[in-house]
Amino acid sequence: MKYVKTEIMVGMFMLAGIVAAVVLCLKVAGLVMSEDSSTYTVMARFDNIGSLKIRAPIKIGGVLIGRVEKIDLDKDTLTPVVHMAIESRFNTISSESKASILTAGLIGEQYIGITPGFYDEDLGTTYLKQGDTLKDTGSAMVLEDLISKFAFGAKE
Amino acid sequence: MYEFLGALGRYGLKKLASLGRSTVMLVNALWGVPKPGKHFPLLVQEIYFVGVQSIIIILVSGLFIGMVLGLQGYNILKDFMATGSLGTLVALAILRELGPVVTALLYAGRAGSALTAEIGQLKASEQISAMEMMAVDPLRRIIAPRFWAGFISMPILSILFCIVGIYGGKFVGVDWLGLDDGIYWSGMQNSVDVITDFYPMLVKSLVFAVACTWIALFNGYDCKPTSAGISAATTATVVQSSLAVLGLDFVLTALFF
Repeated sequence: MKYVKTEIMVGMFMLAGIVAAVVLCLKVAGLVMSEDSSTYTVMARFDNIGSLKIRAPIKIGGVLIGRVEKIDLDKDTLTPVVHMAIESRFNTISSESKASILTAGLIGEQYIGITPGFYDEDLGTTYLKQGDTLKDTGSAMVLEDLISKFAFGAKE
Repeated sequence: MYEFLGALGRYGLKKLASLGRSTVMLVNALWGVPKPGKHFPLLVQEIYFVGVQSIIIILVSGLFIGMVLGLQGYNILKDFMATGSLGTLVALAILRELGPVVTALLYAGRAGSALTAEIGQLKASEQISAMEMMAVDPLRRIIAPRFWAGFISMPILSILFCIVGIYGGKFVGVDWLGLDDGIYWSGMQNSVDVITDFYPMLVKSLVFAVACTWIALFNGYDCKPTSAGISAATTATVVQSSLAVLGLDFVLTALFF
């Protein structure tokens, strides 16, 4: 069956509309995550993650090394568990490193900053690999807590 | 005094009558859902005319509106150290308001006026009367395919506008001004929701499609069959469609958000 040029153009138009709608749902509304570069996932437990969001950057010394993949709540301890997808080429991060939730600017987006720890095989430290958990973490600075500490005195 | 009342009454009756005629036309057009096979070639032709040929103007204006939003938003948010919210700002502004509204305004100017002029010309050259003489229903043959073409095309155009606008904001914010790519998208993905933002956009564009196409078709169908009449009808189409779109937008926004 032969089609006229108009029909082909209309077909392309409608296809473009459908593709754009799908892109809008996936990319803009964030229905599904699409990560294609190879990463490994490391967990970290925090007391309070503040307003950390999925896909927030993970940085060492300000350099982007990965993104937050998933934020979950541990059912037993009721503490937030952050799954961090770190790019595979950064594979020499010591397991003694510290992950803290920092804020870009005063009211900016929150991100995870990793302070590298020492690496010494004799003391049993290893490089981080898939499925490891960072023990040393620093929670998010919550402005309301700071203000109440300042106003009513620290009770810790 | 009586003269004034009489003039007012005649004006009101005339408006009411034209409203009635336009409703009859709309109902007939709605009734004439194109049947596969018989009416599809007409429908495809009209989608090509109102939809495909409007793509360029929609894409270009979407891109520039997104870029301007990115630039203005970045410069203002920078003062508050909140450039991380740029993606949210651009996406919500475009999805909720600018996308459907600007698309509808451009559609009214680009496709609506052309529809009015085309149908007015058909009427002026008595082709509509000729169709009636041949027992071809002009509503079925001329009005219905154009109406449905507008109804199908407008949401697609709106979606394309939104996508291009959001990428325009990304070009300026991320690629030019150096905002982080992930923060742009993550801020957006955290605040944009399919239910609360995407569906209202579609509903808005469908309502605007009905309003714009209806106004354009009726003005053409009801115009004086002279060149001055066609020109007046074309102007009326653009003015009435723009006002209708902006007014309806307020009502819909009040309903949705």
